[in-house]
Amino acid sequence: MKILVIEDDREAAVYLEKAFAEAGHTAHVAGDGETGFALADSGDYDVMVVDRLLPRRDGLSVIAGLRSRGNETPVLILSALGEVDDRVTGLRAGSDDYLTKPYAFSELLARVEVLNRRASAGQADTVYRAGDLELDRLSHTVKRAAREITLQPREFRLLEYLMRHAGQVVTRTMLLENVWDYHFDPQTNVIDVHISRLRGKIEKGFDKPILHTVRGAGYMLKAG
Amino acid sequence: MALSLPAIMRTTAARLSALYLLLFALCAVLLVIYMTSLSARMLAAQTRETINEEVQGLDRAYRRGGLPVLVRVVEQRSRQPGANLYLIADANGRILTGNVESLAPGVLEIEGWTEQPFSYLRYGEVRAAESDGPSNVSLSEARHNAIALVSRLPNRMIVLVGRDLGEPERFRVVVRRALMFALGMMALGGLLIWYFVGRRALKRIDSVSEASARIMDGDLTGRLPVTGAGDEFDRLSENLNAMLIKIAGLNEGLKQVSDNIAHDLKTPLTRLRNRAEAALSGRPKAAGYREALEGTIAESDQLIRTFNAILMISRLEAGYSAEALSKVDLTAAMHDVVELYEPAAEELGVSLEATEAGSFTVDGNRELIGQALSNIVDNAIKYSAGATEKPAVVVTLTRADGEIRLCVADNGHGIPDGQDRERATERFVRLEQSRTQPGSGLGLSLAKAVMKFHGGRLDLLPADPGLSVVMSFPETR
Repeated sequence: MKILVIEDDREAAVYLEKAFAEAGHTAHVAGDGETGFALADSGDYDVMVVDRLLPRRDGLSVIAGLRSRGNETPVLILSALGEVDDRVTGLRAGSDDYLTKPYAFSELLARVEVLNRRASAGQADTVYRAGDLELDRLSHTVKRAAREITLQPREFRLLEYLMRHAGQVVTRTMLLENVWDYHFDPQTNVIDVHISRLRGKIEKGFDKPILHTVRGAGYMLKAG
Repeated sequence: MALSLPAIMRTTAARLSALYLLLFALCAVLLVIYMTSLSARMLAAQTRETINEEVQGLDRAYRRGGLPVLVRVVEQRSRQPGANLYLIADANGRILTGNVESLAPGVLEIEGWTEQPFSYLRYGEVRAAESDGPSNVSLSEARHNAIALVSRLPNRMIVLVGRDLGEPERFRVVVRRALMFALGMMALGGLLIWYFVGRRALKRIDSVSEASARIMDGDLTGRLPVTGAGDEFDRLSENLNAMLIKIAGLNEGLKQVSDNIAHDLKTPLTRLRNRAEAALSGRPKAAGYREALEGTIAESDQLIRTFNAILMISRLEAGYSAEALSKVDLTAAMHDVVELYEPAAEELGVSLEATEAGSFTVDGNRELIGQALSNIVDNAIKYSAGATEKPAVVVTLTRADGEIRLCVADNGHGIPDGQDRERATERFVRLEQSRTQPGSGLGLSLAKAVMKFHGGRLDLLPADPGLSVVMSFPETR
């Protein structure tokens, strides 16, 4: 995956470049808004990571400028401004995701991978499949090895999100944001308990585990 | 208080005084002009009437006895003190008799009313003026203005009856003098008023300025002077004093919070540092380093969480933009949180239930309400777990006393002491029994700030057993 990082803090930018490379991606770094805009406009990137407060041109204006030129590259805003209304203005400017500094790299990586436009091409499918697990979005039914599994509405949405991003790491905050639409950090491990409930329903009685815990990062749904 | 004129003119009192003075003076001048023009017109009409009557009288005398009688009557009337002007001239305009010695040329040539006032000289005045000294009084100065009616007798002789205009002129002089006097008095009055009222007000304002300068210099205990007169200055001072008291309170709160922040952030920072130091000083294996680093990350995550909560509370207290507000379905928001926590509660053996007495909507922010409620529910689950045989948390949504109340009640140990209950929502306050539980001590403070932001309240009430935390929202109009 080709990633453009627009970040003015040298140290943070170098760290991101290295960390993305270790994860198997190519990252290019721009140190200010204008350079970033020029690079994004000419290069073919899969995902962009943009800081909000940048020299020469601020992040929101870079994104808005790209969108007005028809550039639809997924953008994740990385910002120290993390209040409710900051998030709203960020998403309104045309970004696809918003992560507040300080952040865990595992969180950023998981989000960037989910944003990758090539990986998420098949979002419109009505039926998601992962190994012998099958989720029908229209009839709201879940089957594993042809056996029907009954899920609560929220469990269904949880599984739907996990299956849409099957093979990708999904963090607890991503689940909280996308399944519950909350952006705060619950003090207790509420998500873990929901996952273990779901796991009980889709793994109990079957020999192979399908919902995996990725240590220090989150969860991944993967067959085999 | 020595003030230069420009400095005086910069004061409101002086400006107002000057403005009023100008306004009144203008009114007075306009009034006087109106009055004089009106009375001048009345005087002129009266003069003409008198002259008409005289002419009629002379006409009768002429008819009765011809020219000799007319001349006699004219001579007789001319000699009376303050007499009108009388003149009889021949057809060529040569003066035969009367009390006019000379008059402006051309006056006798036109019959009827003289269109303009003309100048004339009374009989005998020239000699009197000359005897005073030939050069002292010029001839033109001795002349007077008058209006007159000129008519011709059947034998082409000219008869003029006129009236001196000195009287209206004297009247005008009197009025002008009165006007000047009145204006002078007004100016004096304005100055006096400014001196006593304006200066006094100025002094009061100066004392307020001085007091506020002292307060700005750092003496926050200083207060503005209140004289007890109960006037607008006192009201102003009282309000400003109330504001100062509030500022001092906020300042005190800020100081307390920064002390608490210092404590609550320094403690984990110290732990963080110690952990890193310990890892460096010993000779641990790779696993030891790993453990130390993981601990460091966990510790810094907790720090970030505390920091975020502090930031959020101050942002809430400063107020969000109206953009962050919308209609929030409180019933749905409640069920969302309860549903989020239900499995976690069950794992701890706590039953978590929600009931509502209808569907309620408030103006607010779902995210903030959700966070506040989840903090409260989180607490309730933690403190009821293991406290009784059947720990239970009940969330109810009701309407009462014009408020929408979201109540979270647990059956744990509660907070028996009323003072402790009040303190529980203060920042960083962690009551003794909660010291062992993880948390930043900001959960309830954050919930309180969220409720305040929504124009509502957060109350902690004893539930016997347990604690019930009530979020009261104002009902949407």
